[in-house]
Amino acid sequence: MTPDTSIDIQLNGKRQSFGAGHTVTTLLEALELHPGMVVVELNREILDRENYDAIKVVQDDMIELVHFVGGG
Amino acid sequence: MTSTDTSMDDARALDGPFYIGGTKFVSRLIVGTGKYESNQIMVDAIRASGAEMVTVAVRRVDLDRSKDEAILHHLDPQDFFLLANTAGCYTADDAVRYARLARAAGFNEFVKLEVIGDERTLLPDVHATLEAAKTLADEGFKVMAYTNDDLITALRLEDVGCVAVMPLASPIGSGLGVVNPYFIREIKARLKVPVIVDAGVGTASDACVTMEQGVDGVLMNTALAAADDPVRMSHAMKHAVVAGRLAYLAGRMPSSEIAVPSSPIEGMLD
Repeated sequence: MTPDTSIDIQLNGKRQSFGAGHTVTTLLEALELHPGMVVVELNREILDRENYDAIKVVQDDMIELVHFVGGG
Repeated sequence: MTSTDTSMDDARALDGPFYIGGTKFVSRLIVGTGKYESNQIMVDAIRASGAEMVTVAVRRVDLDRSKDEAILHHLDPQDFFLLANTAGCYTADDAVRYARLARAAGFNEFVKLEVIGDERTLLPDVHATLEAAKTLADEGFKVMAYTNDDLITALRLEDVGCVAVMPLASPIGSGLGVVNPYFIREIKARLKVPVIVDAGVGTASDACVTMEQGVDGVLMNTALAAADDPVRMSHAMKHAVVAGRLAYLAGRMPSSEIAVPSSPIEGMLD
């Protein structure tokens, strides 16, 4: 892999490689996650869903994908 | 409708609805969604409880898909008012971060603020809770704050803008019932915002005693999820909460340590 074709990101606490050129939208597609079902935090900032198409995922991004689970 | 449901409607007609942060609720029972053996039992139990507001937690998506844990796959957000919690947070900063993530999910501005101070007792860190409550209220959140059965903290939480204050009955998941009914009554008497007792209820009598203190509602999770039959316990809790509320509104008779006859003492035969 060369830096042109893949990137490493920190995704939900784990280092993972993805092809370069992802937006948040295409990353969620690659992970088979419905955008309405998750909240995305990128480098400690919560993203608006309207911006998912415009935001590029780049090397060393820290991404947290969270959702609602059972709790009291 | 079954006859049981009709009697429940009759009972509720004797009690008004109540409001939390401007939103109207009829059921005074708020339930959690954690720790159920299966998602189906959870859904059945929640429906049986009659609860309108249900709590959920914010966690990382399991990217390995080992568990079907997304609550929205099981609970229709059209049917329930989702109250996201900050459970598991030990600092004000973490709780604020979780609350913001929850709000970004796009359902409502409400958050059940919980900042824990001790792992063994899960008692709240009331200083951190107050700090986070102020930050979140200033950001427009409708904060329902889990706290100790401490009047001063309850008053401060109201002062910083919480829409409800939620003192514990006893530690989370303990099932010990209301350990300090006097403090719960005093908190209810002194606050203007709704008081919801959160945590510690173990069985139906606990829920009933809690509501008899005059509080606006009760929040529970483990009492239902850890019952042998959660659906049956949810029915029991629904009735216990209504029973306790109506008993409070009805005003109980004075208690006496000396017997008082119920039948006339005159007119007895020689």
